[in-house]
Amino acid sequence: MTALILARHYLRATYRSKLSVLFSAIQPIMFLVLFGPLFARSGVGSWDVLVPGLLVQLTLMSAGLAGFGIFIDQRFGVLERLRVTPAGRTALLLGRVLRDVVVLLVQAALLLAIGFVLGLRAPLAGLLLGLALLVVLAIGLASLSYAIALVMPDELFPPVASTAVVPLMLLSGALLPMSLAPPWLDVLSRLTPFRYVVEALRAFFAGSYGGAAVAWGMLAGLAFLVIGVALGTRVFHRENA
Amino acid sequence: MIHATALTKTFTTGKRTVEAVRGLDLHVAAGEIVGFLGPNGAGKSTSLRMFTTLLKPTSGTATVAGYDLVAEPAEVRRRIGYVPQGNTVAPIAQVGEELELQARLYGMSRAEARDRVAETLRALDLTGVEARPAAALSGGQRRRVDLAMGLLHNPRLLFLDEPTTGLDPQSRANLWDHVRRLRDREGVTVFLTTHYLDEADALCDRILIIDHGRVVTEGTPADLKAELGPSATLDDVFLHVTGRELRESTAA
Ligand SMILES: Nc1ncnc2c1ncn2[C@@H]1O[C@H](COP(=O)(O)OP(=O)(O)O)[C@@H](O)[C@H]1O
Ligand SMILES: [Mg+2]
Repeated sequence: MTALILARHYLRATYRSKLSVLFSAIQPIMFLVLFGPLFARSGVGSWDVLVPGLLVQLTLMSAGLAGFGIFIDQRFGVLERLRVTPAGRTALLLGRVLRDVVVLLVQAALLLAIGFVLGLRAPLAGLLLGLALLVVLAIGLASLSYAIALVMPDELFPPVASTAVVPLMLLSGALLPMSLAPPWLDVLSRLTPFRYVVEALRAFFAGSYGGAAVAWGMLAGLAFLVIGVALGTRVFHRENA
Repeated sequence: MIHATALTKTFTTGKRTVEAVRGLDLHVAAGEIVGFLGPNGAGKSTSLRMFTTLLKPTSGTATVAGYDLVAEPAEVRRRIGYVPQGNTVAPIAQVGEELELQARLYGMSRAEARDRVAETLRALDLTGVEARPAAALSGGQRRRVDLAMGLLHNPRLLFLDEPTTGLDPQSRANLWDHVRRLRDREGVTVFLTTHYLDEADALCDRILIIDHGRVVTEGTPADLKAELGPSATLDDVFLHVTGRELRESTAA
């Protein structure tokens, strides 16, 4: 309940700065518009292969960098002000994460809409399952992002986080399927959870809901959620967070 | 309202350790206004942050508003108000929305929260600032918003960390009036830190002077002055117990 109150509050503020929502989605949108047409004619795959990857890229850039937002609150005493209230510490985290999930869904809808205009076709069930898996991933990522932002020195987090999402995105095979990769890159990519999510999304978009790719993707997403929320909750329970 | 025994707080950053509070014993009765006076770095804010559950004491025990600080922090939080030394609202945030959120986190419904925010703003002479971002307020208004944050849920015990630092004399006097009214009309207990000796003198029933993490002397303003002779001021008391002029020590 408290988390919902907080989420509503954050969403009101986000609604006032709508442009920021567009801004954190701008990279995948640019890939979609400026790289997508090339990709679709490359013979590697079509829009239903690229768009799932861009959705994971979006999640990395949006939920993964959610931690940026906590600095201002920390600097201006907002965090401390919330911490002297009886609000549960887990709710203080989940309220933010909930906002991040809603923002991500709006961004994903925008990305999908542009994708459809460009030629993406996918079954509705596949799209909805894909979004559900993205939400799972986003909850874990955003929680982890807040945890790291609060633990790391202020000046280090922005460069480290924005640099880290680039290899994570590339290793997920978001832009080109990892089936094209040399063995060493393939192994490296299998060590990140995002690859499995990308492959599950591609299966969903292709209308396949029961294969190994889907199972691995859901497992990776859920594992990531559990770890992210556990770490986030721990940090929010610490003093000084 | 506050009972602390041998409360300490040691910070460790890397290899450096700072003993910010070293063995604090204090008792504050219901309805008192108690001033916590001391030079910069004496441990005032750290003490307040322990009493408000933001920091866990390194050792020692304390009950605040009837509950153990460490064992039942949520019960303590429900009953206290805290106005920190710094800000409580980000510059771009809308004042009304932030206040409403704060009220709701104390369990008020949306309608209750709205009424209570309006009432509190009226009491603090802030009507009309709701729709503005904090950055658009004057320093005095912003400080009163911080105070409003701590008052929304009608706490019986209020912690104020340097509530008037940086305010002009008029705003300071207004804030003192408000604190006095809270005590006189509603019996609120107030524990405040301040740099200003005149503030402590004018506002507090009792003063604790803290230096290097320890209470070095305490008493009513009158008693403290009487100990040093008929014409002593609180400045003299401060100089006597800390060996420093308060204004010098805080100028840095
Ligand atoms: N989070 C912290 N980490 C390390 N040292 C701290 C921290 N907070 C306060 N200190 C140190 O503890 C001492 C007391 O600080 P503080 O309680 O803020 O003093 P005051 O409020 O009386 O000016 C100072 O030496 C300060 O540098
Ligand atoms: Mg202080």
